Amino acid sequence: MEVGGVLNREKQTERLAGMVGRNKRLHPSAWLNLLYVPALVLFAVFILYPFFKGIQVSFTNWDGYSQTFSWIGLDNYRRMINDPNIGTVIENTLIYGVCSTVFQNIIGLAYALLLNQSVKGRGIVRTIVYLPVIVSPLIMGYIWYFFFQLQGGALNDVVQLFGNQPVNFLDDPKWNVWIITFVNTYQYVGIAMVIYMAGLQSISKEYYEAAELDGASGRQRFWHITLPLLMPAITVNIVLNLIGGLKLFDVIMALTKGGPGYASQSISTMMFKVYFASQDAGYAAALGNLMFVLISVFSLVALTYLRRREVA
Amino acid sequence: MMKSRSRWVYMLLMLLIGAFHILPFYLLFTTSFKPIDDLSSKWVLPETWNPDNFKNAWEQANMGSAFINNLVITAISLVFVVILGALAGYPLARVQTRLNKWVYNLFVSAMVVPPLTILVPLYKLVADLGGMNTYWAVILLHVTFQLPLSIFLFTGFIQTIPRELEEAAMVDGASRLGLFFRIIFPLLKPITATVMILTGIGVWNDYQFSVFFLQSSESQTLTVALSTFFSQYVSNVGWVAAGSLLSALPPIVLFLFLQKYFIRGLASGAVKG
Repeated sequence: MEVGGVLNREKQTERLAGMVGRNKRLHPSAWLNLLYVPALVLFAVFILYPFFKGIQVSFTNWDGYSQTFSWIGLDNYRRMINDPNIGTVIENTLIYGVCSTVFQNIIGLAYALLLNQSVKGRGIVRTIVYLPVIVSPLIMGYIWYFFFQLQGGALNDVVQLFGNQPVNFLDDPKWNVWIITFVNTYQYVGIAMVIYMAGLQSISKEYYEAAELDGASGRQRFWHITLPLLMPAITVNIVLNLIGGLKLFDVIMALTKGGPGYASQSISTMMFKVYFASQDAGYAAALGNLMFVLISVFSLVALTYLRRREVA
Repeated sequence: MMKSRSRWVYMLLMLLIGAFHILPFYLLFTTSFKPIDDLSSKWVLPETWNPDNFKNAWEQANMGSAFINNLVITAISLVFVVILGALAGYPLARVQTRLNKWVYNLFVSAMVVPPLTILVPLYKLVADLGGMNTYWAVILLHVTFQLPLSIFLFTGFIQTIPRELEEAAMVDGASRLGLFFRIIFPLLKPITATVMILTGIGVWNDYQFSVFFLQSSESQTLTVALSTFFSQYVSNVGWVAAGSLLSALPPIVLFLFLQKYFIRGLASGAVKG
């Protein structure tokens, strides 16, 4: 009963305030904010707290299980700069991030344009292209492992058919980084395609009719109508794919585990190795922070740059 | 004349794309039915269709218990992601104060943070809480990291529901909370489907959390069981292929039946961003 009374008074104030959104005093419905408190608590405990803890750990030589550790200042970051493998690892991470993004967007847009034509069977093709999105990236990695593996790999069967020696694709640094990029692209090009298809369908036909009346060619229509009006979809796709590629982990673990040596390692798999194989938690935390900065900078820069180019 | 020729070009292109994208699934399929002494190329269909690989994979990789772990973890995570996400979305959509704008941005920016970047402290936290190899720890982590997207989608959706609906009910004397459950929540069905699909795929297929926090053989999920199995029996391709196919099957079957919702949900969720 008490609560009901309070609620009634609440409602009266609210009606008096005329449901004004911003109020100098406490918002009449501010108690509703209690509804997001559970989510906020989880966020604080499992994201915010570990995030700051991670910065702290990166200034120590903690091994990941002892009770003791010492503060070593910026040593882990100094080590990172002097690490002979860090160059390869960052380069790989950028290839996985940036190149996957480029491929997924070009191919995804091409697929969307093609499957937007009313041709029989396009529904089935769309389903097939989208199917890998549903599959675990780890399993996707294993499936492609069978394709690229040395002994009895499907691709090597073809190589041998033409009388060549089988190639150890997954152990060869010339190949494996690009194979991983390819598998990531293959798996998620369906998302890019679907987002572009939705974008294409939202473009009003009138623009094209007007352009046709003015005698614009197909290419002109693409560059001056389709592409500018697709900018919101392009923004979403580029940012999503960048984040996905820069944090890539499962596919690398399935195909090469980052090997041989550091040849196909990304920051994420290197961190895994440093933490669990070398018990070097301080250094692993520093690598985690590097990854965080890299992903934040890339996605923020891409987002602000692309948003500015969207047609209002 | 021209029209029909370009039509053929389109058809041919689509056929090629379809063949290329179905290829790995075809190879997985043929491989998983071949007995170990069948050394024929993966391109060739098996001479005799041998289902033993599935039985062996199921037993050797401990997939029965892994399946149950996957089901329990996914189902409970889904319930929390939907309820907590919808609850949080309501004030964030309706009470537009500077504080709430800030809270909303906080949640949305969390979508960018991959859990791997804070793996070290997270691992320590879960170990300190005694959550290693437990359902609850991994569920809490899944819920936390899936919530930002859920909140983002629910908030966006609730904003599109006209306020007049609630105002009318409020004049009739309904409480604000009752209002949420009786008027808003039933309207959220389409977006709830989207959230469930996106969260469901994410949690079911997860490897990153499971491999760190569910290491004991009883608590393993499918991906972890499969990766252990893979490193043990990498030479026995048929078993591993059969195991991979089995674990990927539930989401694939679900997708084939609910395809419309999967694709529509994904597109609407992403384009709004």
